[in-house]
Amino acid sequence: MNNAPSSVVSASKLGLTFETGDGPVHALSNVDLTVNKGDFVSFIGPSGCGKTTFLRVIADLEKATSGEITVNGMTPEEARKSRSYGYVFQAPALYPWRTIEKNIALPLEIMGYSSVDRKARIERTLDLVNLSGFGKKYPWQLSGGMQQRASIARALAFDADLLLMDEPFGALDEIVRDHLNEQLLKLWARTEKTICFVTHSIPEAVYLSTKIVVMSPRPGRVTDVIESTLPRERPLEIRETPEFLEIAHRVREGLRAGHSYEE
Amino acid sequence: MTLILRSWQGAAAVVLCLAALASLPLMAADAPSPFGTGTVVLVFLMIAGAAAISFTKLSQPLLATILFVAAHLAVWLLLAGIAGNEGKATLAFFLMLAASWLLAWRCVAVLSHLRPKSGAGDTFLRLLIPAIFGVWILILWEAATRGAGIPFIILPPPSAIGARLAGSVPILWADVQQTIFKAVLFGYVVGCASGFVVAILADRIAFLRRGLLPIGNMVSALPIIGVAPIMVMWFGFDWQSKAAVVIIMTFFPMLVNTVAGLAASGAMERDLMRSYASDYWQTLVKLRLPAAMPFIFNALKINSTLALIGAIVAEFFGTPIVGMGFRISTEIGRMNVDMVWAEIAVAALIGSVFYGVVALGERATTFWHPSNRGG
Repeated sequence: MNNAPSSVVSASKLGLTFETGDGPVHALSNVDLTVNKGDFVSFIGPSGCGKTTFLRVIADLEKATSGEITVNGMTPEEARKSRSYGYVFQAPALYPWRTIEKNIALPLEIMGYSSVDRKARIERTLDLVNLSGFGKKYPWQLSGGMQQRASIARALAFDADLLLMDEPFGALDEIVRDHLNEQLLKLWARTEKTICFVTHSIPEAVYLSTKIVVMSPRPGRVTDVIESTLPRERPLEIRETPEFLEIAHRVREGLRAGHSYEE
Repeated sequence: MTLILRSWQGAAAVVLCLAALASLPLMAADAPSPFGTGTVVLVFLMIAGAAAISFTKLSQPLLATILFVAAHLAVWLLLAGIAGNEGKATLAFFLMLAASWLLAWRCVAVLSHLRPKSGAGDTFLRLLIPAIFGVWILILWEAATRGAGIPFIILPPPSAIGARLAGSVPILWADVQQTIFKAVLFGYVVGCASGFVVAILADRIAFLRRGLLPIGNMVSALPIIGVAPIMVMWFGFDWQSKAAVVIIMTFFPMLVNTVAGLAASGAMERDLMRSYASDYWQTLVKLRLPAAMPFIFNALKINSTLALIGAIVAEFFGTPIVGMGFRISTEIGRMNVDMVWAEIAVAALIGSVFYGVVALGERATTFWHPSNRGG
């Protein structure tokens, strides 16, 4: 059933138009993209370029109005119903009436994991995001960075190979964000998941990704796809190297090109 | 000047004492058993003395204790002196009453600024301050009604109401059983539960949501006075007709609040559930109902008072010869206002307990809500 076994997400001529009172808004147009298994793909672009919309189409939270898209070889709806991805939102979206443990248990309860299995998975994912010992706390007792880590743990708790992250660190300060980026890379190396990551920070995109998708607005489309030449092992200092700056420069050029015709 | 500002109540109490001294005696000349000289001197010394002490820089707990004892002992002597002299109290009597009230005010003001270190002390103060407040309402009421001889039928003194309450426990208990344990509790449980169930149905079925809710708003505006006699026609004189009134009154607040509460969960939280391929009932139980709890408890609290009003008023329109509303309407006709007040006191007590239990349930269930979680 899957003719390209290594591709996790594959979109061709994908378009999405919202009908609004002021006429149609083209959120996505003619997007062609393949995400391979084990990739860390960042989507970067100014606001309104459709990067979040594209992520939501993969997650079946929005429906494409034209073109084709498959997720794990299935339609997005089938992929959602077979629980093939974990989604991390811009805000932690933890339920305040549940402890951190119980929040991580939420998808496991819904998906019918046994209570023994749930316990083991909660412990493992809390350890994965360095929150061991905080399981009994309520979300509002933790800092913003810890809350977002808990929400990543929640997305990792069940066996989805695809992790969709929509500006997960956008609301956090630079220092916490650096720290979480480093942890995220380690986590990606340990879990071998495929990650789609929306951001509007160039250093963040270059530091994290194996592939950077540069997008431009109105209509949302892909202007450049940059394969990173950085090694998979990346200390924070890599951001000072000429290679890193070279890629960052290309991303910036791509963003500028996307903007130029507008003005 | 700063001395006076330290305790303006004390300064006012001294002025009142002087004014009372100028207009002695405390009871009119024809009073059958006027105050003894010793008692009068004692009252004056206590009030003036405590007022003077309130200007000093004594430790606050000690000062509060002195004020507490002096104010209440003095007012107890004053109240005891009314016995046999009803309606004969003079201006001097009321000036002294006001002076002791000011001292009690000072006492509460001092207590309010105390910050006890132990939890038990804190709880004690939290109970003591409103208790002094409440007791003084009764003291002033008692002194005004008996001292000035206000007719019993207009306002009976609290002591008479208390005596009536203590003397009619079997009747009051039977009334409570009839009105509270049958009509109110049954109506409350059925009204709230059915409002809740219909809210979930309305959430699930669009035509109910769009058709029933506007009608619901109209029905909730129906005057209870109009509905109650019709319910008596339909369900008979006994408690069932009162329970029906309570059901009508409690149903719609619960319906409207639950519908609003079910819409209270955020878009991101709902997307999260969708990403888990969660079905309708899972999303309802794990997200939307917990998020709706503050709204549901709001309705439960509103309904706890509405249910009591509904059941008592409904009994005015026909009832067997027992029940709180029945008692109020018949005893007022027989001029037994003390019994009416006794029923009011019982209703107020039960209403407070009812509300308190619901509020405790709310604190336990919605501890996570920003309004409850504190610091």
